[in-house]
Parts: sequence; C-alpha cells; structure tokens
Amino acid sequence: MLITCPYCGPRDVIEFTYQGDGNRERPQPASQNLDAWNAYVYDRLNPAGDHNEIWQHSGGCRAHLRVVRNTITHEILSTAFARGGHKSADNRAEGRS
Amino acid sequence: MAEYSAFSLLKNALTGNKDWKPAWRKPDPKASYDVIVIGGGGHGLSTAYYLAKEHGITNVAVLEKGWLGSGNVGRNTTAVRSNYLLPQNTRFYEHSMKLWENLSHDLNYNVMFSQRGCLNLAHTPAQLDDYARRGNAMRHLGVDAELMSVDRIKRLVPALDVSGSARFPVLGGLMQPRAGTARHDAVAWGYARGADRRGVDIIENCEVTGFLRDGGRITGVTTTRGEIRAKKVALAVAGSTGQVMQLAGISHMPIESHVLQAFVSESLKPVVDTVLTFGMGHFYISQSDKGGLVYGGDLDGYNSYAQRGSLPIVDEVMSEMVALFPGLARVRMLRSWGGLCDMTMDGSPIIAAGPLPGMYLNCGWCYGGFKATPASGWCFAYTIAKDEPHEFNAPFTLDRFYRGLIIDDKGQGATPRLH
Repeated sequence: MLITCPYCGPRDVIEFTYQGDGNRERPQPASQNLDAWNAYVYDRLNPAGDHNEIWQHSGGCRAHLRVVRNTITHEILSTAFARGGHKSADNRAEGRS
Repeated sequence: MAEYSAFSLLKNALTGNKDWKPAWRKPDPKASYDVIVIGGGGHGLSTAYYLAKEHGITNVAVLEKGWLGSGNVGRNTTAVRSNYLLPQNTRFYEHSMKLWENLSHDLNYNVMFSQRGCLNLAHTPAQLDDYARRGNAMRHLGVDAELMSVDRIKRLVPALDVSGSARFPVLGGLMQPRAGTARHDAVAWGYARGADRRGVDIIENCEVTGFLRDGGRITGVTTTRGEIRAKKVALAVAGSTGQVMQLAGISHMPIESHVLQAFVSESLKPVVDTVLTFGMGHFYISQSDKGGLVYGGDLDGYNSYAQRGSLPIVDEVMSEMVALFPGLARVRMLRSWGGLCDMTMDGSPIIAAGPLPGMYLNCGWCYGGFKATPASGWCFAYTIAKDEPHEFNAPFTLDRFYRGLIIDDKGQGATPRLH
C-alpha cells in the first residue's frame, strides 16, 4: 500500500502510523458532556468501503494526514494535511443503547 | 444418525465406505423460527448447539452467507488457552477450557484437542515479573500456570535459541500446561452436526440483507433466500459486526474491523510440540499434526474488510520466527491468508442481549475468538434462552465502555489495533 504524502510524495505504508477513525469529533476540553466524550473515545464508524482516517508520516516528515481509503480494496482515494481541524458530519445521538 | 465410533469406522471400511451419511442436512429456510442465529461460524454453530442441548430450543436456524465455516473458524491459528490476568476473562476462558476438555466426547466428533501447553516467553526481568503476577492471578482462580526456567524451556523446545547471544535472550516463561490446539474445521463440523441432529436448520449461502421490525423490535431478517421471521435474532458475525449492525441502523459501535494474517509452512518432522509465543513482538507458533508450522503475528494495523494482508507484516512475522528459531530460516512458507477481526476498545468480547429489542449480540472477539468457541456459544445460548446473562458473560456487555467497566487485560486503552 502506497500513501502519497503531500510533502514527501508516494511512500510505502511502513513509513506511516495509523491514527484511526477520522470522523470522531473531540469535545471541547472543558466539556462535561459525558455522552460526547464516550462517543469520542469509544465509538467508531467502521464502514466497509470508503473510510475517512488519520495517519501520521512518522517515518518521514511527521505530518498528520487525512486519508480517505477504501477498507475493502485498500485503495487510497485522497490524502491531505490534517491541520485545519475537522467538522464531523456524523455527530449523532443514536447508534448505541 | 449413526454414532461415530471405532466400530462404525471398521464396519464402513469393510463395506466400502458407501453408507456414510452427510453430517448435516441442507434444508430450505422455513417462514419462521424461535431463534435465528446469523453467522455459521464456530460461535454461531456452538450457540445453536447449546440452545438445543442445554435449553431445549430446537426451532432454530443458523444463517450463513457463504459455506459453513468459511470465515474465521477456519482462518485462526487454532490455539486454545485460558491464561488471562483479569478475573472476568479468566473465569470465562477457563469455562471454555473445561468445555474443550470434553468436547470430542460431547459432540461425538473428534476435534483433535491436544493439550500440548502454551508457553509465553519472557525476555526481560520485568516481563518475567509480569508473568509471575499473571500466573499467580490464574492459580488464584484455579487455573494451571507455572513459571519455567530457561533450562526447562530448552529441554521442552530444543530448536529455540535460548543462548545469551540471541537477538532477544530468553529469561524464562509462563506455561499453561492444559492449553493446546484443536482442529478448527472439525470444531465447526462437529457443532454443525450436533446442532443439526437436534433439529437445528443450518442454511448456507443465505446472506442477511436487512432486518424486519415491528415498531422498534427486531422480528426477523430479509435474506438472499427470502424473509425469515423469528422471536429472537442473534448475531454471531464477528469480523463483520459493523456491516451487519449497519443493516439494523446502528452506525457506530465500539469496534474496528482489522485484518490478521496467518501462515503455514511446508511439513516438517516434529520440532515444536507446544504453543509458543514470543515476548518481544507479537508472534506465536505451533505445529500441526500434519507437520506444518502454524504461525502468526500482529494485525496489519488499519481498518480492513479485505480478507488478505500486506507484505510488511509478512516480513515482520518471518523476522520474529527467525529470531526465535534461527534453524528454521530456510523453511518455506506454504500458505498465508487473512481473517477479519472485530477489535473492541478494550480487547474483550461482547456477549449480551440487545442493543435493540429482540436482538442478541455476540461479537468483538479481537484475535482470540477460536479458544472461546465453546463458552461463547454456551453463554450466548444461556443469554438468548433466559433473556439474562450467565455470570460468566455478565461482564461482557456492550454498554460497559460507557459505564467505566472496561475489561482491558493488556492495559492498552481504546486503541483497538494494539490489543
């Protein structure tokens, strides 16, 4: 699997560290909304298909990247710097009991 | 149906082996059942078996999207052990071990359970201390465990490099003598036959495509072979739990699906007669009765629903094997494959009623589901039949993550790829 780092170009996956689901929305540090914290720490979208995820080019420029990757084919659809924050489209209350 | 025995073997041998009957039927699905179990792997089949055997619930269908046992029950490295630190895990897996010890007799099917022991190698004094702690925790709950010196390890596994010049010198190990291996296909077939002969319908090539609802309650499933209704719908689809739960409208779970690879070498004469694990990386190895080395390592490390892995892990696993067994460096790898793992946020499984009314959930087996097969089905059947968990699976709820009751044996936190 090759991931194209915006700085370094296409590099082998062994140079990167997987940081997981990029859909999660971290509550404000002072937030006392336990459901929001629980969702941030424990809930995952885990789709079979295109997945929005965070990787770090830890064996290269060390930039954090936002990668869209297909979890069935392992095809990388896009890469970009993760900086600039992320607005989750999946902020939800349902999904667990 | 004829019992399998030495006598029936002899009789059929003398009559040209023409009278063997199929081990299970191939029924068409009925319109409704008391219980539908989704997933015809080890856990689903054992659930159906114990529903029938322990609770008298025989109007049961097991729905399998492919062929019976084509998923993780045939993709694991067959190790069976109960060497956990935390009491919730120890009690559950020790119950499984006790079921394993009588499984071939119980099923009248030889699952080739071989209690050859499982030895965790320690390579630092701190690790050895940690193993002593875990061994004491196990013995405290009545599970067998013993610390082994390097001399004993050397006698047990002569091929292992225990010299001081090894890349990671061995300082000792923790042995569970009652641990071992079983033939995974036979486990699936044995449970299938046992369930079938008690009246359970095992329906292969029947993929669930959606859930039927009455209000909020799950009342059945739609499948590639039509609608099937049931009072209770039980999921045992570890690896694909995320996909199936999305069919029920539940988008988020405390689970990520990852791929784990496994490998088999060419057949060798006996060289490792225990299950051995490396302490300085993630590597485990045993030898099948046919002579092939069966081994594996870590997850590939990112979400995946592809039942195949990538080369970096192949390279890492081979390096770890050679670090332990320099003499095996030129052994050829024969086959490799991947299986899907439900990696939970604490490394422990989920066996519980819910999360929707009428639904029962068995998932999150990480990469340790095979050894749990008997107890998983046994506890899940209990939960389905009585609508309450047995004490062995009571801690393994879905909501434990949100109530501060996680069961994190490795102390790794909510990073599934590290469990």
